[in-house]
Amino acid sequence: MRRLTTTLETTLGRFGGVNLLPVAVALVAFVLIGAPSSWLTLTVAGLAMGMMLFLMASGLSLVFGLMDVLNFGHSAFVSFGAFVSATVLAGMGAWLTADSWVLNSLALAASYLAAICFGLVAGWFFETVIIKPVYRDHLRQILITIGAMIVAEQAILAFWGGTPFSVARPHFLEGSWIIGDVSIEIYRAFAFTLGAAVFVMLFFVLNRTRIGLLIRAGVEDREMVEALGFRVDRLFIGVFMLGSALAALGGAMWAGYETLITPHMGAELMIVVFIVVIIGGLGSIEGTLLGAIMVGLMSNYIGFLAPKLALASNMILMVAILLWRPNGLRPAVK
Amino acid sequence: MTNQTGTRTTTGTLIVKGTVALIAALLLFAPFLFQDVRSLEVAARICIFIVLVASFDLLIGYTGIVSFAHTMFFGFGAYGAAILLKQMGPGWTPVLLGAVAGVAVSIVFAVAIGLLSLRVKAIFFAMITLAAASVVLVLASQLSHLTGGEDGITYKAPDLFKPATKLLTDADGKVLKVFGVRMNGKLAAYYFVFASCLVLFLVMLRFTVSPVGTVLKAIRENEARAEAIGYRVVAYRTFVFCLSAAIASLAGTVYAVWLKYTGPDTALSFAIMIDILLMVVIGGMGTMWGAVIGAVLLTLAQYYLRDLMGAASAALEGVPILPELTAPDRWLFWLGIIFILLVYFFPKGIAGTAMEKGARS
Repeated sequence: MRRLTTTLETTLGRFGGVNLLPVAVALVAFVLIGAPSSWLTLTVAGLAMGMMLFLMASGLSLVFGLMDVLNFGHSAFVSFGAFVSATVLAGMGAWLTADSWVLNSLALAASYLAAICFGLVAGWFFETVIIKPVYRDHLRQILITIGAMIVAEQAILAFWGGTPFSVARPHFLEGSWIIGDVSIEIYRAFAFTLGAAVFVMLFFVLNRTRIGLLIRAGVEDREMVEALGFRVDRLFIGVFMLGSALAALGGAMWAGYETLITPHMGAELMIVVFIVVIIGGLGSIEGTLLGAIMVGLMSNYIGFLAPKLALASNMILMVAILLWRPNGLRPAVK
Repeated sequence: MTNQTGTRTTTGTLIVKGTVALIAALLLFAPFLFQDVRSLEVAARICIFIVLVASFDLLIGYTGIVSFAHTMFFGFGAYGAAILLKQMGPGWTPVLLGAVAGVAVSIVFAVAIGLLSLRVKAIFFAMITLAAASVVLVLASQLSHLTGGEDGITYKAPDLFKPATKLLTDADGKVLKVFGVRMNGKLAAYYFVFASCLVLFLVMLRFTVSPVGTVLKAIRENEARAEAIGYRVVAYRTFVFCLSAAIASLAGTVYAVWLKYTGPDTALSFAIMIDILLMVVIGGMGTMWGAVIGAVLLTLAQYYLRDLMGAASAALEGVPILPELTAPDRWLFWLGIIFILLVYFFPKGIAGTAMEKGARS
């Protein structure tokens, strides 16, 4: 019996081990749902949601891995990204509603770029002003970043007001493709593609470049890298800015997905982002991707199968995974 | 001579304790000193929040763990009493049963969360409590047949606390007035709140100087060392988490009886959690006195600062963006900034900083 489980484990490990989990979930859901067309729609929706969550969570996870800094104010970047991009889109309304997809995508790109630039600048500011004085002091880090989150949320309320803000979607991303009896929202496919592209880029940077090597080494053992003469603190500012920019981009995409955003969206998403990071394991982007996709798929499937349970589904998923692996699925930090 | 924080007695300590004694005296005579409805409301809220903040301080200040689920436990107690008062009608049985049920549910949750997350990285704990609290909040607003959903539940308090109840009557059979205050049920309700909060606070004060309290401080200062000496860190942390959860739940029950209304906004919302956090940090972590000072300052600010900010906003009319930032609803913005500055420059808060001043040998 034990022999059988070991063989099973090695076979599973050869095919990807925990990476198979989303596939397994999808298969179980396929059986439970029964209708292939709704299953496909839900899967696409789940993957798209997962990719956006991944963008928001990846920075948080890397920042924690590299510098042991947990940023509870991370959600501020998400909501600011959403509001900045929505404002840019609103300002470029003429280009958005134009019938040419070139103008449409230019407007969209401009709004994303604005969100990313904002994320970079705000990330730099946040790191140097808020977080630097409290390195290595978890209690004060949590308190200070919570304080920053409160201030940021109130600032959004002051600038944009408390009423929900509607977000214009570019013309060419409206509607859905209908293949047979399967309908796929174009925006979801677009979000998935963009998220996947960002993941591939991140993966490439982390695994194929010198900077990425340093980041991974820093996550593994910061003191050793510092002893070898590299300035990990400077690297860290870079990673923090990148993480904030990704969060802002994720927020911008989420804004287009929801089409109606409120100043509280950051705080609401934060819970999900935390769950993603905990499930995936802190410090690795592969783990974060895995966690994000699991959360995205689960919430869509359960939302369809048992709507009453949907609210607790993420929590149940987290508890189950923590009982199985207390450090998350693929942690980089020990 | 040593005191709460283990430092020598200082002039500052005396001042802090004197302030707390003054606050206690003011709260004791609040119905006589401030004879309008709003002030009594503020005084009762201060009593409840002193207990709530002090119980949170057991976690964050004495043990060094950050939980975001404190309002969840507060809510369990409040909803326990509220649901039973609604179902069984006014009386003392539902209040007692509700308190017991709230404490029981709180302890079950606390043990589950504690055992699940206190043994892994301490920072997980903050995230997991945050997630748990948000799920409970959503559940409370969804299970509307039980909890009244977003609208909450209104119910009647035990007969003793009805405004029409006459505690003392004069010769004509009317409510007796002492120093111009009617001896009616409202007064009884206030003193019920005051007395229960005083008892809970004294229990916690006693707890912090007990041997277990000392162990908790040792864990906060150096976890590895405490473990090495032979104290089971996970067990102690889980225990204090349960204790503070139980006290928060009892405070919730008392608040539910006082308000005669329980809803997500008064008992469960994340805004209350942020209030508690601000109170603990502004007052001073690691001293029970800090909790008192923080709760008083912030509650007063909540009720009276808004009026001031409204005036400031009106005065700044015409200047870009400043009127929006000084609008009465944006008071959290300024408190957030004060909070950040305090954590930087005075991490011990008002009480902690004051107690270090004026050292005497």
